[in-house]
This record gives sequence, C-alpha cells and structure tokens, in this order.
Amino acid sequence: MSLSRADRQLLALLRGCALLSAVIVLLILLFLLRESWPVLRQVPLLRFVTDASWHPVDGLYQLTPMLSATLYSTLGAVLLATPLGIASAVFSRYYAPPFLAGLYRRLIELLAGIPSVVYGFWGLITLAPLIGRLHPPGVSLLTGILILTLMILPTVALTVDAALAAVPIAYVRGAAALGLSRWGLISGVALPAARSGIIAGIILAAGRAIGETMGVLMVAGNVVQQPLSLFDSVRTLTANIALEMAYATGEHRAALFVSGLALMLMVLVLVGTAELLFRERRYD
Amino acid sequence: MNEIEPVDKTRMNESYTLGPLQAGPPCCDPEPLIRVDNLTLHYRKKPALENVSLDIYKGCITALIGPSGCGKTSFLSVLNRMTDMIPDCRVSGKVHFNGKDLRDPALNVQGLRRDIGMIFQKPVPFPLSIRRNIELPLREHGISKQAELNDITQLVLQDVGLWDEVKGRLESSALALSGGQQQRLCIARALALKPKVLLMDEPCSALDPISSGVVEDLIQRLRGKYTVVIVTHNLAQARRIANYAGFFWIKDQRAGCLIEFGQCKQIFEAPVHELTAAYVSGSRG
Repeated sequence: MSLSRADRQLLALLRGCALLSAVIVLLILLFLLRESWPVLRQVPLLRFVTDASWHPVDGLYQLTPMLSATLYSTLGAVLLATPLGIASAVFSRYYAPPFLAGLYRRLIELLAGIPSVVYGFWGLITLAPLIGRLHPPGVSLLTGILILTLMILPTVALTVDAALAAVPIAYVRGAAALGLSRWGLISGVALPAARSGIIAGIILAAGRAIGETMGVLMVAGNVVQQPLSLFDSVRTLTANIALEMAYATGEHRAALFVSGLALMLMVLVLVGTAELLFRERRYD
Repeated sequence: MNEIEPVDKTRMNESYTLGPLQAGPPCCDPEPLIRVDNLTLHYRKKPALENVSLDIYKGCITALIGPSGCGKTSFLSVLNRMTDMIPDCRVSGKVHFNGKDLRDPALNVQGLRRDIGMIFQKPVPFPLSIRRNIELPLREHGISKQAELNDITQLVLQDVGLWDEVKGRLESSALALSGGQQQRLCIARALALKPKVLLMDEPCSALDPISSGVVEDLIQRLRGKYTVVIVTHNLAQARRIANYAGFFWIKDQRAGCLIEFGQCKQIFEAPVHELTAAYVSGSRG
C-alpha cells in the first residue's frame, strides 16, 4: 500500500520516537554495564550471592539481603495496593454519586503528587513509632511496605479507574438487560473487560515500588540483613545505592552499579513474567 | 389468521431445552401479555413518544415499524425498564406485564429483565469465553451447579443452531465469532434465562444478508414459546415474520406516536391510515 506524503512523514516521526526510546533504554543498560565493569571483571557473578557479607571496601559483595528486601517490600506493597486500588476505582466508577466521584478522583491524583520524601517523613515520624510500639525498632520491612503501598496506591487506582472508564457502555447495557446486578456487572463483565488495563496498572505500580528510594530509605532502618520477620530492619537495593554513593570509590562504586543493574534486571523479569502470565487468556 | 407456518417436523427432532420452540399454533386466540396504555416518554423536556396504547400478545411476534427517530427503541426500553438507566428520562402512562404494574418503583427490575430479555442491534457478547458468556447471567440468577450449567449451555446453543459451530471451542473468546454468530450467542444467552418476552432492537440490521437470514429463521422458531417484540426497518422482514405490526410515525415534527396497530397482514395489505399505506408501499418514510 502506498502512503501519502503526510502519512510517510508521520511514520518517519513515529519510527524516530520509538527508536529513540529503545536507544535510551539500551544506553542506560550499557552505561550501567560500563560503570560496573571494574568489579564484574574481577569478581565472579556467583560471589554477589555467596559472599559472607556486604563489605565492599573489604571486597565482600553479598547482595542477597538487599535483593530480598527490595523483593519483599515490592511484593508486599503490590499485594496490598492492588485490591485497595481496584476497590477504590470500582467505588469511584460504579458506586460514588457523580460529584463525589469527581472529588474523590482529584484526591487520589493529589495523593499521587505527594513527593516521596514527604511520605518518608510522615512514615518516620508517625508510622514507625506506632509499629515500634507493636514490635521494636519500628523502622522495618513492614513500615517500608506500608509507605510503599500508600505511594503506589494512586497508580493502581487511577489506571484501573481509566481502564474501567474505557469499558464500552454497550457492555453495561447488555449486562443490565440480562438482569445482572451492579456487582454482577462489575465482577463478571467490567473487570474482565478492563483486565489488560488493570495488569498494566499493577506492573507500573510494581515498577515504581521496586525503584522507590527515599520513602523506603527513611522508614526501613537500612540494616543490611536478611529479613526474618516483618519487623526486621532492611535495606533495599535503591537505598543501598543512595546511602553509599556519596563516598564510594573504585570497586565499591562499581559494586553499587551492580546493584543498579540488579534492579534493572528485576524490572525486566517482572515485565517479562507479566507478559507471559497474561498473554494466554486475553479476549480482546 | 394464517400468519403461522406449520411446525417444521425436522426441527422437532432436535433436542430443545425449552421444549419445541414452535409449541403449537399461537395467536389464534390472542391473549395480551403486555398491555400498554397511554404511554408517554420524555427525554428532558422533549417528548419522544406520545400516547401509545397497544397490547402485546402472548406467543406472537409483534413488529414495530416506522422511520428512524420515531420512538420505537424508546418504546422497547420502557418494557424492560432500561429507561431507568437514562438520566432525565420521564415515563408516564400505564404498562402492565402479566397483570402486574411494570412501572411500579418497588418492582424487582432484575427479575423483570430476566423475564423480559433484550437483544440489541449490535451484538454485545462480553469479552469472555463463549461458555462464560452464557454462564454469567445464569450464575447471577442462582444456578451454580456445573453440570446444570453445562446442560443449559449446550441446549441453548443448540436452540440457536450454534452448538455444532462452537462445541469444540467453548473456552475461546466470544469476540472471535462472526457478527451473525455473536448475535445468535446473545440470543442463546437471553434464552438461557427462560424469559417470557424477548425484545429485539433491529437484531439483523448489523449483519450480512446470510447471517441475517439465519437469525430471522431463528426468530421465526421462537414463535409460540416466546413472545417477541421486534423493531425492524426491514419491511419485508416484518411482513415475513410478524403476527402483529405497529406503525410508528413522528407527528407534527414533535414526538413519535403509534399510527396504526393490527394484524401484520392487515397492516401491510389493508392499512386503514393513509400514512401507513404510504409507508408500507414505500412511497413515504
């Protein structure tokens, strides 16, 4: 098919944009590899999970505790934020009266706009002492999970809300004509129809949770240890980078870039798994 | 009246959930199932339908004909209370279904819509598997035993002649079906609830001629067991399938109203009103 002049120009522009995005991602990956090369060259990959501890100045590069901390905090936050976010979107789309729905949506958007350092501050001053009363020290994996949940909740709520808004009105009428209740419509038709949007929202939120630094750093305690309970202090990969970057040099610095590389790999695995898991049963 | 085709013997051999679809000669003894008296409908301040009175007879196919925008679809929407979903829609007049006031605010609307199903112009299969499309409303109405669900699914799909086409792929998406198959799936889904009445809003107009013919045959076969009210712009179709016909027209550039209602044969062959005569002969509308 021959394209018109305008179409060809647009196509070139769009291809350019797509290429640019892809190149940027690749460049970041290359940069991370280059910066971590000094340590990757000498230390076999296995030692990042088998070394005795994380003492990079002494040449010990155990990353597992931080990997686990990132993994657990992300997992916990996603598990909490997903049902809450979906419930929030269902409320604003199907149950709230119109004026309240609008107001509620603005509020959620506001929640998304609060800087992470403010969340962290609040967590440190208010939440951590509360949890400390339950089980000291208070700055812990649990506090990190709760702060992360608050931070990614608007992402889930707003994407699911948008996905539900995109459910064709014909489905709503079709469901009503079959005598389906409001909940029957929501659970049977609207949520399945909005499925891909909901999954996209969860992935976005998980990505944000993995990468979140300041909020967690302020409330999680930052002790490098394998967490054995929700009340243990933990240090996430991102916090590790932020805490040590200022004074790290040489191989220590390179080891921090390995942390960055690990983060990127985690996001890659997350997106890949989601893609695999949900490709099968897509009905649209 | 001799609008009714004889019962097709070959079809009697197929298994039907709901008994043979052509359950004997209906309409010989017209028994009103829905009585509409002086129905008027406003959207905001604008009247869409004025003073419509007619009876829908049990077991018959009633066709509503007339130009676009004369309130035929609005009329259908009153009968299953879909008008409830339209903000600023005001209905007045009396509508009785099976002797009960259909406009009663305390009426169980979900139950009503189970009794009075609706088929839309554009088929609306949900983005679910074929099986789940039929099971969803059944589960909603309290049928949850898988064996029973399987039986009903198979039987209604046989009723609409879709079973042989889809039995190997019940778990695949209903959206992958052709337009005609989707419309038959929607009819099967409605039939699964054992409605008493089926409202059809131009069920064939979004379909190609062959699919349209298949769906039309299916509607013919619903006669007797179900009461069908069908809006159609296809006069030939109305003439082929309907027992009764109502002709709607926009009066004084204002609101739709019912010009003439009667047996289909009479409306098409011996219309009383000159507007009806002009419309069915094709010289107006």
